[in-house]
Order: sequence, then structure tokens, then C-alpha cells
Amino acid sequence: MANRLVYILPLMVFLIMAVYFAIGLSKDPSILPSALINKPIPEFSLPPIDGGPGKGFSSADLRGNGVSVINVFASWCVPCRVEHPLIARLAALKVATVYGLNFKDKPKKALKWLQELGDPYAAHGSDPKGRVAIDFGVYGIPETFIIDNDGIIRYKYVGPINPGRLEKEILPIIKKFSP
Amino acid sequence: MRKALFALALVFAWPPPAWAVNPDEVLSDPVMENRAREISRGLRCLVCQNQSIDDSDADLAKDLRIIVRERLTAGDSDAQVVDFVVSRYGDYVLLKPPFKLATLVLWLGPAAIAGGGLIAVLMFFRRRRTGESAVQPAAVLTRPPPLSDEENRRIEELLKDDAP
Repeated sequence: MANRLVYILPLMVFLIMAVYFAIGLSKDPSILPSALINKPIPEFSLPPIDGGPGKGFSSADLRGNGVSVINVFASWCVPCRVEHPLIARLAALKVATVYGLNFKDKPKKALKWLQELGDPYAAHGSDPKGRVAIDFGVYGIPETFIIDNDGIIRYKYVGPINPGRLEKEILPIIKKFSP
Repeated sequence: MRKALFALALVFAWPPPAWAVNPDEVLSDPVMENRAREISRGLRCLVCQNQSIDDSDADLAKDLRIIVRERLTAGDSDAQVVDFVVSRYGDYVLLKPPFKLATLVLWLGPAAIAGGGLIAVLMFFRRRRTGESAVQPAAVLTRPPPLSDEENRRIEELLKDDAP
């Protein structure tokens, strides 16, 4: 009888591998795990968009001021335009301070974009060379980060936010880390 | 003839393979530049995932190439430069995954499966040689016992009768 079991072994190995691969293949390979989840935010200080309002924002603003959201956007980024109303909705809920990180953009175009679509951000910072974005591990925009009261990155989403994502992930996470 | 020569000249004048590295990115120190190229070849471009940043034309790849060169110029070791990028983008950015607990199956899996297969094949042939294979041919299993003396005597008798 023990001998017979040997013949089932390859089938078992195959089944285990099949399940493993099925899980692997059903994941979107363009969405990468962030190396910075549960790590402190990098130190930075961003100037405001040239000619725009506000005084920019820095890593110090993100510590001790409740939960913050950083939304990386640019006027040339089409999906950013798609998700913009949802960022506005999130900001209107006033559950977190929403910052805009303007990524590799021309100031004039960025300001026109904000004028046209509305400016939901508590403050925005200009990152023309994308250096701060690289410190945040940004590789494709839009990207959205949730940062807790202690300046620890708790969540990152790559791609445009949709209503489901906002309701089921972003808002609960903000609530979870709200002091 | 002149045309042929021209064609031949063209063949030899074929430009060397183009790199994504732009001339303005190249460091003036050739040793340093070589190190930068070596590091860049091992770093994945996250936008076009199966290219290294050395090969890729993506914006992010260009930024990372420049950062690699900046860090080297600032006096970082090769390992420090790689750590700088990995701390931001994770192990995934390395085209060659590191050997650690989380990647043990990845590194040892194929060898373990090949080894297991080899052992199975060896066992199969060994069993067959010693004749104790679980799957024995039907003829071997049903071979009749040898004839008794009495039976042999009867065969002899019968054959004798048939003789002309």
C-alpha cells in the first residue's frame, strides 16, 4: 500500500504547484509591493508650485498633524485626471490632510490643471526632477500614500483610485490610524 | 566592384549596439562610469519590468541612472548604491534576486525537483535490475512450476508413439 502512495506523489506535487502558479498568475505584475510600508517617510521639503498659492510642504508637516494623504499627480498624467474627483471627495470628508505632490510638471500647466479641475489639496509641493518621488519609491503616477500621525507610511496605492478602493481600503485605513 | 566595396565598408561601419545611456549622463572618470554601468545592469527598470535601467529609455530609468552616478561620485561603495535603490523600491528592483530565507524556494526549488527526479529514476532502474519491480510482466507472474519426473516420463512416451 505504501508503494502505491508513491504514484500519487507527482500528482500531489503538480497540484500544489498549480495552485501556487494560479495565485501568482492572477496578480497584476505591474503592481509592486512597496518597500516603504510601515517605514518612516523620507526627509524632504518641497517648494510650492511656482506662482501658485501656499508655501509647499515638508516631512515635518506630516508628523503630529493626524493622518495625511499624499497624492502624486501631474497635469500630463491622464489617469490623474480620472481620479481627481475622488481625491476631491476624500479631501471634502476632512478625515485626513490631503497633500498634492506635483511630479515632473511645468508650473503653469499644473496651476491651470488645478484651476480647471479644482484644488482639493491642503498644500501642494513641486517636484520638478522627481527626486522626492523617488525617495518615496514612486514608479508610476498617480500614486497615493497614507501616512499616520507619526510619519509612518501605512498604505500605498499605484494607479487611479476608484470609488470602491476609496470606500473599502482608503477610508478604513485612514480611520484605523486616526488618533 | 565599387558598389560591393561600399557595401562591405558599410558592414564594417555598422555602429556598435546603442545603449540607453545618454552621452550627458556618462561620467568623465572611466573607472567610475564602468562601476555605474555594472550597477545599472543589475537594477530593474520598474516601468518596463524586464529591462535593466541600463537598457531602458524610461524616464524613471534615466533618473535612477543619474542617481547611481551621483552616489558613486559622492564616494559610495557599489553595495551602498544598490542599498540606496533597494531601500526605496524593494528587492524587486534587483534583476538577480538575493539569496535569503524568503527566496529559498526560488533558488533551491529547481535543484530539489531535479534531484528528486534523478533519485526516482535511479530507484526505478535499480528495482528493475533486481527484478522486484512492482509492475512485473504478466508472463513472469504466471510462469508455471517446472514439470515433475512423472510428467517428463509421459512426454517421452507420447513422443515415442508418434515416431515413424
